[in-house]
This record gives sequence, C-alpha cells and structure tokens, in this order.
Amino acid sequence: MNAARVGVVTFPGTLDDQDAARAVRLTGADPVPLWHADHDLKGVDAVFLPGGFSYGDYLRCGAISRFSPLMDELIPAARAGLPVLGTCNGFQILCEAHLLPGALTRNEGLHYICRDQGIRVENADTAWTSDFATGQEIVLPIKHGEGRYVADAETLAALERDGRVVFRYVGGNPNGSLNDIAGITNEAGNVVGLMPHPEHAVEELTGAPSVDGRSFFTSILKRLVNA
Amino acid sequence: MSLDSVKRAADTPDEPMPYAELGMKDDEYRRVCDILGRRPTGSELAIYSVMWSEHCSYKSSKVHLRQFATKAPKSDALLVGMGENAGVVDIGDGWAATFKIESHNHPSYVEPHQGAATGVGGIVRDIMSMGARPIAVMDALRFGGADQQDTRRVLPGVVEGISHYGNCLGLPNIGGEVVFDPCYIGNPLVNALCVGLLRKDQIKLATAPGPGNKVVLFGARTGADGIGGASVLASATFEDESQAKRPAVQVGDPFMEKLLIECCLELYQADVVVGIQDLGAAGVSCATTELAAKGTGGMTVDLNLVPLRDPTLRPEEILMSESQERMMAVVTPEDIPAFMAVCEKWDVPATVIGEVTDTGRLVMTWDGEVIVDIPPGTAADEGPVYERPFHEPAGQSALNADGPERLPRPEDLRETLLRLLGSPNLGSKEWVTSQYDRYVRGNTVLAQPADSGMLRISEVMPGAEETTRGVALATDGNGRYARLDPYAGAQLALAEAYRNVAVTGAAPLAVTNCLNFGSPEDPEVMWQFAEAVRGLADACKTLGVPVTGGNVSFYNQTGSTAIHPTPVVGVLGVIEDVATRVRSGFTAEGLRVVLLGDTRDEFGGSEWAHVAHGHLGGLPPAVDLEAERALASVLVEAARDGLLEGSHDLSDGGLAIALTEACLAQGVGATVSLPGDDAFVDLFSESASRALVCVRPEAFEALAELCGRYEVPCYGLGTTGGASLAVEGVFEIPVAELRETHAAPLPAIFG
Repeated sequence: MNAARVGVVTFPGTLDDQDAARAVRLTGADPVPLWHADHDLKGVDAVFLPGGFSYGDYLRCGAISRFSPLMDELIPAARAGLPVLGTCNGFQILCEAHLLPGALTRNEGLHYICRDQGIRVENADTAWTSDFATGQEIVLPIKHGEGRYVADAETLAALERDGRVVFRYVGGNPNGSLNDIAGITNEAGNVVGLMPHPEHAVEELTGAPSVDGRSFFTSILKRLVNA
Repeated sequence: MSLDSVKRAADTPDEPMPYAELGMKDDEYRRVCDILGRRPTGSELAIYSVMWSEHCSYKSSKVHLRQFATKAPKSDALLVGMGENAGVVDIGDGWAATFKIESHNHPSYVEPHQGAATGVGGIVRDIMSMGARPIAVMDALRFGGADQQDTRRVLPGVVEGISHYGNCLGLPNIGGEVVFDPCYIGNPLVNALCVGLLRKDQIKLATAPGPGNKVVLFGARTGADGIGGASVLASATFEDESQAKRPAVQVGDPFMEKLLIECCLELYQADVVVGIQDLGAAGVSCATTELAAKGTGGMTVDLNLVPLRDPTLRPEEILMSESQERMMAVVTPEDIPAFMAVCEKWDVPATVIGEVTDTGRLVMTWDGEVIVDIPPGTAADEGPVYERPFHEPAGQSALNADGPERLPRPEDLRETLLRLLGSPNLGSKEWVTSQYDRYVRGNTVLAQPADSGMLRISEVMPGAEETTRGVALATDGNGRYARLDPYAGAQLALAEAYRNVAVTGAAPLAVTNCLNFGSPEDPEVMWQFAEAVRGLADACKTLGVPVTGGNVSFYNQTGSTAIHPTPVVGVLGVIEDVATRVRSGFTAEGLRVVLLGDTRDEFGGSEWAHVAHGHLGGLPPAVDLEAERALASVLVEAARDGLLEGSHDLSDGGLAIALTEACLAQGVGATVSLPGDDAFVDLFSESASRALVCVRPEAFEALAELCGRYEVPCYGLGTTGGASLAVEGVFEIPVAELRETHAAPLPAIFG
C-alpha cells in the first residue's frame, strides 16, 4: 500500500514548512511540497497549511494568501471534504478564506508570545484529532502576535453548541481569545485551524517539552488509511 | 544640480568639497587627491568617505586587531578567518559553520525598533554571503538602568524590532544576554549574532574574478534610507541632535529578507554565483569596491541601472544608501538566464548593473558621463591606519585600590539572595525572550535560558552527509569587570562564553567578538581597547580557540562619558552527538549536586557589590585559563560518557544564583551544604572556572575520577529533590518563592 500523501504549502514568507514536512514524515506519511503559485494540489490526500508570515502579512494576516492560485484549488477541495489543517498563519488563512468562521486579531497584550502552552482537546472527532481523547490536556508551543480569536456572538454560540471548538487554552489565556478558543473546525470536521504548533512538539530532543503534536499526524494517517 | 563628472573635477581642481561634513579629516582628503591626481568627484568622495569611516575601515582598531591573527592558536578547524564577511569553521562530517556578531548600537538609540531590526537583517546577510543557510540568531543587549526613563523607550523598541524582524525571517532566537547598567543610558548596545550552516566545499567569497562577468544587484530597491548612516552615525557622537538624524536610520523589510535567503540558497544550489557580497554599511560603494578589489581588479557600473524606490536620488546618494535587503553577485554571462529565473521564482528584483574588467579601475557612469574612476583597492583596503595614542586612565589605580573589602557584608543571606534574584540583571529575562520564536525550523535543542543555545544539524542540502552533530553558541560580556581591568575583563568574557558552551556538552571551537567602546580619540578609552584586545588575543591562544571575525563599535559615549568598555564574546562549540547534550539545571529528583572548581573571596565588580552597595572598585575575579580549559575538558568528556544529568555555569551572583536557577529550570529543589567556612563567600563570590552539575548517585565516582584526572576540584554539595532550596544552616527558600521573586523585576517595569 502506498503511504498517505500530505501536502505542505509554501507561500512566500512561510516559515514552518520544513517542520511541518518533518512531522508528516516522522509519522510515516509522505510530505508533498505544494507551491503557492501553482494551480495544483498534486493529488494529495490531505493538506497542511503551516505558519509564517505569508506575503509578509503587511495587510491582515492571511488576507493576501487566500487569493493565491493554490488556494483557488484548495478552497473547493476543502469544501468537498479534503482534510486540511492550518496552524498559526495557516489558521489565519483558513479564516480569511472563509473555510472557518471568525478572525484572528492582535494579541491582547500587544506582544508576540512564544511559550509552551497548556491546551485542552474539546473535540476528538475531527479528521485531525481522533487520536486524542476529549478533555485531554496537552502542551504545545504557541508563537504568534495575532492569535486572539474573535467572532460575533451568534457564531460563537454556534461553535460552542455544535462542538466545533476543538481546542481551548488552559492555565491562562495567552492572547485574549474569546472563550479561550485555541482552535476550531468546520461543520464537516475535515478542516481544523489552531494557533498552537503541533509540528514543534513531535520529538523528544527538539522543540517543546512534549510530543503531544504527534497525535495530529497519527489521527490523519489513520483516517486516510481507513478511508 | 549639475553633475560632478570626472571631467568636471579635472577642470575645476579648486572647487571646495564637503569632506569635513562627511566625517573626513584634512589629511585623509589630501590623500584621496593624491591617489586620484585630482580632486575627487562628489560620487568618489561619497565612496571614500564611507569606506574610510571608522565603521568600514577599522582605522583606529586595525593595529590592535592584528593580534587576533598573529597570536592565533593553530586550529585545523579554521576554514575562513578574519577579513571575509564572516569566519567559517569545520564542524566535521563535511559540514561547516559560519558565525559572526555585529553591533547596531547607534541606530538602536536613535530609532530602537528599526535600529535593532536592521541589525538582525545585516548580520543575517553577512552569513548568507558566505554561501550558508542562516540557522539561528542571538542578541547580546545592554541598556541603561532598568528603572531609568529612557530605558522604557529603548528596551521595548529594541525587543520589538528584533522580535518582528527575526520572527518574520523564520530564524530561531536561541540565546543572548540582557544587561542593565546606568553607563549605557545614552548608548545602548545591540549586538546581533547569526550562525549559518554550509557544506565545507561550498564556501562563497566576496570576490569578482573574470573579466566579462556580470555584476547583478538583487533584492530590495534602493531608497533614501540610511544615507550617510555609516559615516555619520558611526563616527560622530550625538547628544541632542538625534531627532535630526532619524532619517539616517535604515528601515527593514523582513519579508524581503526571507525571500532573499531562499533565493540565495537556490542560486547556490544551481551553482550560478561566482562571487557574492551583501550590501550593508556603505551599500553599493562598499560592495563594488570590495568585490572589485578582491577580484580581477576592475569593474564598470552604470548607476542609472540601479532600481530605485525614490527616483529623485542622486548618484552620490545611491552610492551611500544603506537600504536593506540587497545583495550583489558576480555571475557569468551564460548563467544570467538561470540566475534571473531563480530570482523571479522568489519575486526578488534583480538587475545587471555592470561588468567585471581587468583594468584595475572601478568606473561608474551616470547619464553617460564618468562620475567615478578609482583604483578600488584604495577605497576598500588602503584606508587610513591610525596608531592612536593611549594611556591608563587617570584614576584607574584609585579605582583598583577601592576594593570591595571595605563593604559591610550581610548577616541575612536569605534576604541577600532574594534581593539579588529580584534585581533586573539577575531576574528572569522571559519578558524579552518570550517575544522571540525559538522553535522555528525544528532544530532547536537548547535555547534561553539554557547556558548556551544548541542546534542539531539536520538541514537538507544536496550532497551533504547526515550527521549526529550539533553546534552550541553562547555570548558573554561583563562591562564592570572590563572597567576594572580591560585585559582581564575581556578574558573573563571569553572564559564565560567558553564555559557556557562546555556545560552543555559541546567542545568550544572558535570565537567571534563585538568590541563596544567609547571614543578612540580619547587616549584613556583607547587604552581600554588596547588592553581588551591584548587580553582576548592572549586568552584565545591559551584556550586554543581562534577569533574568526567580529566587529568594533567605537564612539559609544555621551559627551566625554564613555560606556564601560564592553567586549562581548561569542563562542561556537561542536557536540559530536547532539543527543548527549546536557540540559540546564536540576532535571530530576535524587541526583547528587556537585560543584566543580574552587571558590575564592572575590567580589570586585560583582553583582552583590553592584546591587547591595552600588559599588564598583577593586579587581575582577582572577583569570585562570588553564583551570578553565581543564573544567571544559571534564564537562565535555562527562557529557559524552553520559555522566551528567544536568549542569549550569557559575557566573554573576555566584553559587547562590546558580543553585537558584538550577532549581527553577525544572522546578526541582535541592538540599546542599557549603564546602567552605564562610557562607557568604561560598554563596556569592564570582570566582571564575566553576560549574554546577548533577549526576546519578552511581555516576559520582566516575565523575570524581574524571575530575581527578584533569585536576579539577570537585565537591559533593548534596541532593536534588523537594520543593525548596535548602542550604544547610543558612536558609531554606521554597522554589515557588524563588520563582516569584525571579519573575518579578522586568514585568514590574515594562508591563
């Protein structure tokens, strides 16, 4: 059987693509580089939108990226059920592309924050979280200046009601996100966006003092193999 | 405005030129006239004035810096030494590392955010221009007193500048220093270090050989930023005019720099670069003269072809502009299409602006007229060299005689520890470092607050071997020690960085330095500089670690008051198997706590004297480089043999602070007893050549045997565990209280 192929997107200014590809590889899947300027998803089974400052993020984070040729392909594919994970800038892009509701604004404290953050898994039924248990507390690094999740009251209520809040900050909200939201999913559960970085928590030797990020990749791998 | 062409200069020999305003002395100007056989054109004057500025020519420091070469220890690891954009060392398995530290002090005072940001950008381009992928940055920062008003302007701006630029660039920030002292209030020090990785056989140099080869300028367009920055900002002191000089500070675009990094790496991979140089201080002037001087000797450049952000710029301004994120490459005509294709892929503007020649002349034209016609070496390499007079400062011996012996010593050592721990210099720097991305690229093994930053080598480069190796880096400096004795102070800075690398298990290999001083025209400052360089060169020889490059920053003074002489030293080390790295502090319960090295009654320049008495006098701790070397050997061998579970160096604040930081690292307490008979000396002396380690009880014998072999004193102090730091018969402090005290000072001041 061929290994599952997970696309890793590089926009100009993407920074965590090497880490994302490594995390995919460590789990036994094949990372496939996807280039922002190509109208080509290369037939991948899932897509990882990593963090960074795509196109410099001089406008709003992710505001330019959503118009890239690659996103023209990705948006309909995601709506049709392709599993997509966006972390940090990837989350911001998913929101700008309206694949996920709400927006990410400047951190409450106005500073960029890099720290190892406690997070509770609120929904272990998505494509990317099935290897977690609901209620499980994990540690992942966060590193962002614009990670404060906001949405209108109706959207928030719907997210909460439908169990679409996937991750919540515990042990202190680092950025002022509404309802301590760290990550959410779409209605179908195939698109997940979060500010923390699972790809920096997959090895003992490097990155955060946890390997909790591995479960994102084992989750998607199981889903793809069982599909 | 009429164009000052070479022809016009020849026709108007008596036209007065504004050389003094550009920072040039009378005799320097006369020498330019002698070299050219006529007066220089405005453009030529622009080139000579920036290239002969202190910043670019090292005219005051050169005669001293030569000792780094003449006294250099024999090292098989050194692949590229001083004089290139950055030194390169062999780190084994076919890999090489290049690293350098550089100052951006004056711009960071004028405009903290952009000054610090472009400091990061500049050092990263230096590393790129060696053919390397930049893999991490560090920052050694010094500010005025933490509670002084201007520090609240400068520090947040500097940190934000580094944070914004470095984070957008995708380089992990793995360490550095933050130090406060009122002496830096008008002259903050922003020293940025970058390390890069390359294959040993892929080193690039700043050279332009081969007549007919094309000169390509690529990266950002040229604008009015930084015009005169190099000569104006680096060679004059500023008091009340800093507002007026704001336009001279460059503005950075980290996104363009990120594109440049990826673009350069693809260009190297495609092997379409003959020579390359980054554009830093003195911009096009520096790049063209240096490339031409080191190549076949000549170059023609059509300045009209330089892509401009501001179309009104005059040729003189184009030559002096310090617009950021620009590089210059020499490329064969056949490779130009491939070169341009890579640039296009990354949306990096690239323009052929000239050609290499063998005429021995650098010739530039504007609107078809020749405006520059000079022998490039005269600007790049043959700048003035000064033997500045120097003498010991008046009052130096009185300062040394005013030792800390006269200071009343405390009864309550618990209170003393908490007071030191809660002071800005010893308190947590997390307020600063949490604004830096330390994880990006996924190779960070150790980062602040570890003793040194460490990276594994797992970059993907075609033709490169896989390796288990890693590199470790630390920077250190202590202005108070150097004020008391610049010779010893520079050696202590080296010793501490060397020790910080060794405690993580890496073997120290090479040195970079950033020498921050006052005005070289002040003989007392010049004495400090001469002594520091002599001390550092001597110590590098003894420790067997060569200086591979660095930077001198003079004129860090306000009026006649100079900063403490502040040599900052960076040491790079190599660990053979990065999995054997030793983590910082107490990593588990039930480990033996061991002190390596001897403690003497040494408080000159100490944190205790500074915090408790505001005192600076006497002499700094004694330097014993042989002891330092032996200690490092023990640490590296013990790490390799898997004996160490944790470690931490002893420095500012002595054993008390080292024990506290070791407890805070993982939240593991300890119960220890002191080896000497004076608890105050045992806890707070800053004697050099010491480290704290913890080992499994069954490994203690092996460690003691190893210490015996290297004649390193070794004292079992106690055991890790529990929720407090207990020093038997002296005090017991809960770890939670230590943490609260340690975390408090910076947030209390900066919010």
